[in-house]
Amino acid sequence: MRKTPFLFLLPALILLILFVIGPTLFTLYMSFIDWTGKAKGFVGLKNYIEIFSRKSIINLEKPPLSPPPRGALIHNALWILIHVPLSTVLGLVLAVLLRNVKGGTIAKSMIFIGMVTPMVVGGIILRFIYDEHAGIVNAILRTAGLGWIARTWTAYPDTALFSLILGSVWIWTGFCMVVYSAGLETIPDELIEAAKVDGATSFQIFRHIIVPLLKPATIVVVTMSVLWVLKVFDIVYVTTLGGPGGASTVLAFEMYMDAFFRIPANYGTAAAIASLLTLITLGFAVYVIRLMVR
Amino acid sequence: MKIRTLIIHVIAWAIALAWTIPFIGVFMASIRPYEEIVGGWWNIEKFTVTLENYWAVWTHPTAPMSRAFLNSFLIAIPSTIIPIFVAALAAYGFVRFSFPLRDMLFLTIVVLMSLPQQMVILPVFLLETKLGLWNTHIGLILLHSAFGLPWIILFLRNFFTTLPIEVEEAARIDGASDFQIFFKIVLPMSLPALISISVLQFNWVWNDFFFALILLVSPENFVVTQTIPVLKGRYYIRWDHMAAASILAMSMPLLVFALLHKYYLRGVIGGTVKG
Repeated sequence: MRKTPFLFLLPALILLILFVIGPTLFTLYMSFIDWTGKAKGFVGLKNYIEIFSRKSIINLEKPPLSPPPRGALIHNALWILIHVPLSTVLGLVLAVLLRNVKGGTIAKSMIFIGMVTPMVVGGIILRFIYDEHAGIVNAILRTAGLGWIARTWTAYPDTALFSLILGSVWIWTGFCMVVYSAGLETIPDELIEAAKVDGATSFQIFRHIIVPLLKPATIVVVTMSVLWVLKVFDIVYVTTLGGPGGASTVLAFEMYMDAFFRIPANYGTAAAIASLLTLITLGFAVYVIRLMVR
Repeated sequence: MKIRTLIIHVIAWAIALAWTIPFIGVFMASIRPYEEIVGGWWNIEKFTVTLENYWAVWTHPTAPMSRAFLNSFLIAIPSTIIPIFVAALAAYGFVRFSFPLRDMLFLTIVVLMSLPQQMVILPVFLLETKLGLWNTHIGLILLHSAFGLPWIILFLRNFFTTLPIEVEEAARIDGASDFQIFFKIVLPMSLPALISISVLQFNWVWNDFFFALILLVSPENFVVTQTIPVLKGRYYIRWDHMAAASILAMSMPLLVFALLHKYYLRGVIGGTVKG
């Protein structure tokens, strides 16, 4: 048995155990401890029962389709249900549309800027475009004769969450487009030319050749989008602080509130929220990981 | 057919331009006085160009962007170099050696890639408070270095498997040690992959907000992303200052993207976007 492989792995293992693996296991452990101010001992599932009975995590008293606040867990689910289909379809359409356009690379880079920008800046920009007076969204509405609905969209409980979700689509679609563009490059031009010769319309080519061949790209796009949406924190913190009245809060933000914002801090429930978020995330991550380990 | 092509060009470019309108708005707000943009930056009857907003946030009394920039560099540069070096060693170990439980260990590391930041932050916060590393740059650098490892190891392992083993074997016959082979042959051959990763990791660390928010609390330690919300203004939102700070904050990652966008996109597609 040679020692060399362990010397290669050692630095990585030390860092991972101290700052990633150890803390992850410890967070899981904390989620079973009564830890308000000080660690007070094992309480079984009490923290989990507490977070699931909180209205800020899950509010089942509201009828379906009623406006937020409905609790962070449901907001996360809504975020996935609205954001993922939108950004996936938009990304695909843009990738196909820009494929043979002059200066397409530049146009794609312009759409991709959202992914390069700090999410905090993305959040500031969202707050800015939705502002009642300084925001362009309301200027467009006024020009379209819809001035009567103009308002600061992030400041009202019934619109705050949906405004942020649409904003996150604007930020993230560049990623979907770039993955699809790379997928398109693997489709040989001859295949499309042959279909054209056989009299296929552009839509038929799109529907029956391009979409099926892009299935691997779609799996990556969908899972990565879900993972990204589940971890949303920065734009919520910057634009609304989860408000108004918890109308735009998400799990990552609730964890932060419990651990570092509310007084007294409750590390037990914060750890429980983090563990719950991790469990959901890992469930989705398994798919994409299987693809990436070649 | 000509008209069709033209229509596609017009639609495609119109969408791309529409996508950048929010950025154009922020840029316009950053170079004009507050009175001109509070009612809408698209009103251009009066158009005064000024750098005062940039100057104001650059020299802000409590949270100056100048210091935040320096802090962001002091954190992002080591947080890029350390994990790449450490991960390259580990990835090479995974590719070229076999040992018990190797595949299971590798898979465990890859699974860590999807962890939310919230899952590690509390124990790291407690640990660093005990060790006196909390509210220090070193504490944040260590966390970023460790948190970046899983995806960098995965990316580099995938890359190393494509390297021809013959070169390394020839060097071994000439008497080179494992570490000599790694440093003199494998790393130089991997330069394109190393650049891709550096670009992504640097931008990721520069753009991070959550870790910095928890681990740095004194304004003199603040990084760029943390500083922007501080500049909001007390009685009304200072859009002019926020806009200038936003442009400054995004200038660095945007510059990196513009200069190395081939490597950047290769990193995004080759592995995956981290986060």
